[in-house]
Amino acid sequence: MASYIPMNEDERREMMDTIGISSLDEMYVNIPADMRVKKLNLPEGRSELETRRLMEKISAKNKRFSTIFRGAGAYWHYIPAIVGAVVNKEEFVTAYTPYQAEISQGVLQAIIVFQTMIANLTGMDVTNASVYDGASAAAEATNMCRDRKRNKALVSGAANPMVIDTIKTYCFGNDSEVELIPLKDGQTDINALAEMLDETVSCVYLQQPNYYGIIEDAEALAQAAHAAGAKLIMGVNPIAAALLKSAGECGADIAVGEGQPLGMPLSFGGPYLGFMATTNALMRKLPGRIVGETVDVDGKRAFVLTLQAREQHIRREKASSNICSNQNLCALTASVYLAAIGTEGLQRVAQNCYAHAHYLADKLAELGFVRIHKTPFFHEFVTRPPLAADKVMDLLAKHDILGGLPLANGDILWCATEMTTKEEIDEMIRILEEVAK
Amino acid sequence: MELLFERSHSGRSLENIPATTVSEYQLPEQFARRTPLDLPSLAEVDISRHYTELSHHVHGVNCGFYPLGSCTMKYNPKIGEEIAALPNFTQIHPLQPAQTTKGCLEVLGLAQQYLCEITGMDAMSFQPAAGAHGEFTGLLLIKAYHHSRGDGAKRTKVIVPDSAHGTNPASATMNGYTTVNVPSNAEGGVDLDALRAAVGPDTAALMLTNPNTLGIFDKNILEITKIVHDAGGLVYYDGANLNAVMGLVRPGDMGFDVIHLNIHKTFGTPHGGGGPGSGPCGCKAFLAPFLPKDQIKENAEGYCLTQPAQSIGRVRSFYGNFLVVVKALTYILMLGAKGIPEAAQGSVLNANYMKTKLSEVYDVPYDGFCMHEFVLSLEKLKHETGVSALDVAKALMDNGIHPPTMYFPLIVHEALMIEPTETESKETLDRAIQVFMDIYHAATADAESLHQAPRHTTVRRLDETRAARNPVLKYTPDKD
Repeated sequence: MASYIPMNEDERREMMDTIGISSLDEMYVNIPADMRVKKLNLPEGRSELETRRLMEKISAKNKRFSTIFRGAGAYWHYIPAIVGAVVNKEEFVTAYTPYQAEISQGVLQAIIVFQTMIANLTGMDVTNASVYDGASAAAEATNMCRDRKRNKALVSGAANPMVIDTIKTYCFGNDSEVELIPLKDGQTDINALAEMLDETVSCVYLQQPNYYGIIEDAEALAQAAHAAGAKLIMGVNPIAAALLKSAGECGADIAVGEGQPLGMPLSFGGPYLGFMATTNALMRKLPGRIVGETVDVDGKRAFVLTLQAREQHIRREKASSNICSNQNLCALTASVYLAAIGTEGLQRVAQNCYAHAHYLADKLAELGFVRIHKTPFFHEFVTRPPLAADKVMDLLAKHDILGGLPLANGDILWCATEMTTKEEIDEMIRILEEVAK
Repeated sequence: MELLFERSHSGRSLENIPATTVSEYQLPEQFARRTPLDLPSLAEVDISRHYTELSHHVHGVNCGFYPLGSCTMKYNPKIGEEIAALPNFTQIHPLQPAQTTKGCLEVLGLAQQYLCEITGMDAMSFQPAAGAHGEFTGLLLIKAYHHSRGDGAKRTKVIVPDSAHGTNPASATMNGYTTVNVPSNAEGGVDLDALRAAVGPDTAALMLTNPNTLGIFDKNILEITKIVHDAGGLVYYDGANLNAVMGLVRPGDMGFDVIHLNIHKTFGTPHGGGGPGSGPCGCKAFLAPFLPKDQIKENAEGYCLTQPAQSIGRVRSFYGNFLVVVKALTYILMLGAKGIPEAAQGSVLNANYMKTKLSEVYDVPYDGFCMHEFVLSLEKLKHETGVSALDVAKALMDNGIHPPTMYFPLIVHEALMIEPTETESKETLDRAIQVFMDIYHAATADAESLHQAPRHTTVRRLDETRAARNPVLKYTPDKD
């Protein structure tokens, strides 16, 4: 039987007799007859084998690069084998949100471990159980900071353009304002920020490292925001967070980020993972699920979804957000990744990223790809190429390499990770030498 | 059960990343974090066994019956998981040149084509990551539309029935709208007079689930959408309950202008313990210019991403939970033109069968055929025996059944909302019916035993007040 329906004809007949109907249509009595669909204009159903062949054929129309020097919000990292083995367990894959704690302790435990890890990584007090992605996390964070008097978010012009777009769209929704903070040498301009801050500003959003890979002076920006009574939201790359001053150390009120680098494949942009962490003071403004510890009637330690008075299913129009489903399996992925990689492993990944990007920048500079900023960077950086960016990309593509991201002005945003080792970099440089010299 | 952190032993690690060979590059000290990272130290076998144990304390669809109303916990075909894991999908960077992502674009293009056919919409954005995100997006389209007509400032209200999901009013608030609740009539549908009284020049939209959360298809649907349209408002379809009617009747033909779908409910993709879902937002052609950026479109050369002229912008990065869309497309291809309505009819058959059987002892507050789900009211049982909907739910767990949705919709007291889905066999339904009957009889014979349920679960009833009053939201090592 198609449709994954296990019923045979006899059973179906028996059930219809019980209900007292002779045709299934009788149950649809409320649907006006002339509104009924005659026949769907869809292909006929297929067997699993045929479906597999068709989908494999479609997937084969993509080109998979063997080396990737492109980031800009989606990062190529190694995923330890244990991650997939754990995350693909059917119980984790097929369960719903753990509303019924007594039969969901496995999921709830996994989430509180995730919350603990993100709190540690960001240096913040509390975290939620995830939101959709880094961009929606940033937008939700600006919403946490709003009140009647302060209704304007100042967003660094060096934030990822998709994050900026998302914040603007959410703010169109809730009728608040957004202004972009200008840049100076690729960094958020603190003097310009100081002039923009006033009593209508609710928050300042900054990305660390920023879209151009540059390490921001987050502490100074936080101080400036706080001096004007605004909150500071930091969008952090979770790999860079292993080495850089944590959001908490910088004085951020909210840390958010894109968790994709923590064990999620590139996957054409999703599913990814939004994380949000904040101070105890702002805890009850966090959107989404949060898991807490308690005890059961026998006094046994147990975990449960908590602080639900913030949420839509209780508070309806007064909820802190409308979020219901989040990215739970991706949060599990991130926590298994962090467990597998460990403290030293994560630092090592981050060191690899930093070292490879700087080695790449030096090698590219020798070929005339000059960095356009002088400010310090982490694992991404921008160069002006000595020839047209699309020519560079075409040449690299012939060698199965995805080069950096061409920006609108012809510059190239490069990225290196632990996957692009000295060997891969040297190989790409050899290819570029053909045209750049 | 120990937490992962409590299994940590210093010195253990997996050695999965080599040290860099260009170690002369080091992050300057001035940027370095001061507080140490504190991730657990584990061997691979520790991780494997820990999570295997945790998985034994999770009730998944693979473990047993999961009649969680409004959540459509149908069986998730495994072929979808394998297709979504193909390296030619998982290893594609979202910012690759378009000519290298033709397969991904075709997935989005076909999914749009098929889902528009199923829903009667003209275009669909896959950017929303979940149902509530789709609602948010749909209301943004409505807001942008009213603004484009110079009507934005005065259309400030969104109407929702009192049986609506909590996400509806919450989504309205996120769009700066005031929520107006309209009551249900005696049949469980929208009260038309109340709706007529509620609409006006300040109406931005009506949000409606049809079939609604009582499991009832509103027979006045054409009248309802007309009342709102006549007042200049638009009508939003919450697709949470599409499973009952997919392939049989289309929201677009009912008069809806905007919809979201819950891919992870209706189209067979798993829920992941709370996501990733996918909540594509579909609309009629007149709203398509407002769709989020990177809208999939078919042209002479194939599929491409386009930027709608009056786009609301973005609701997240990139193109949504792409791999979930891959799974849904796989599901639609498997079922095809006949299988889609067959699944809908199967879900309605199963629900009516359970409802008929259970109504022998339990109160079903609304008469007539239900769609894919139905609601029991345990108000009388509670009054007579003291056994509540919560007690019954907890007792079901001891029998290997995931409880139905409890205390929802809000208009039914002591509600249990049951959605069996089409993928359950008759013997599963019969066994569940028997368990419900046994619990009912236990309630009259020995109510106390039900107050004590569950007994055989990992933990028993929790002190939720303590969790909320004294929040412990992360693991902190003992200080000894």
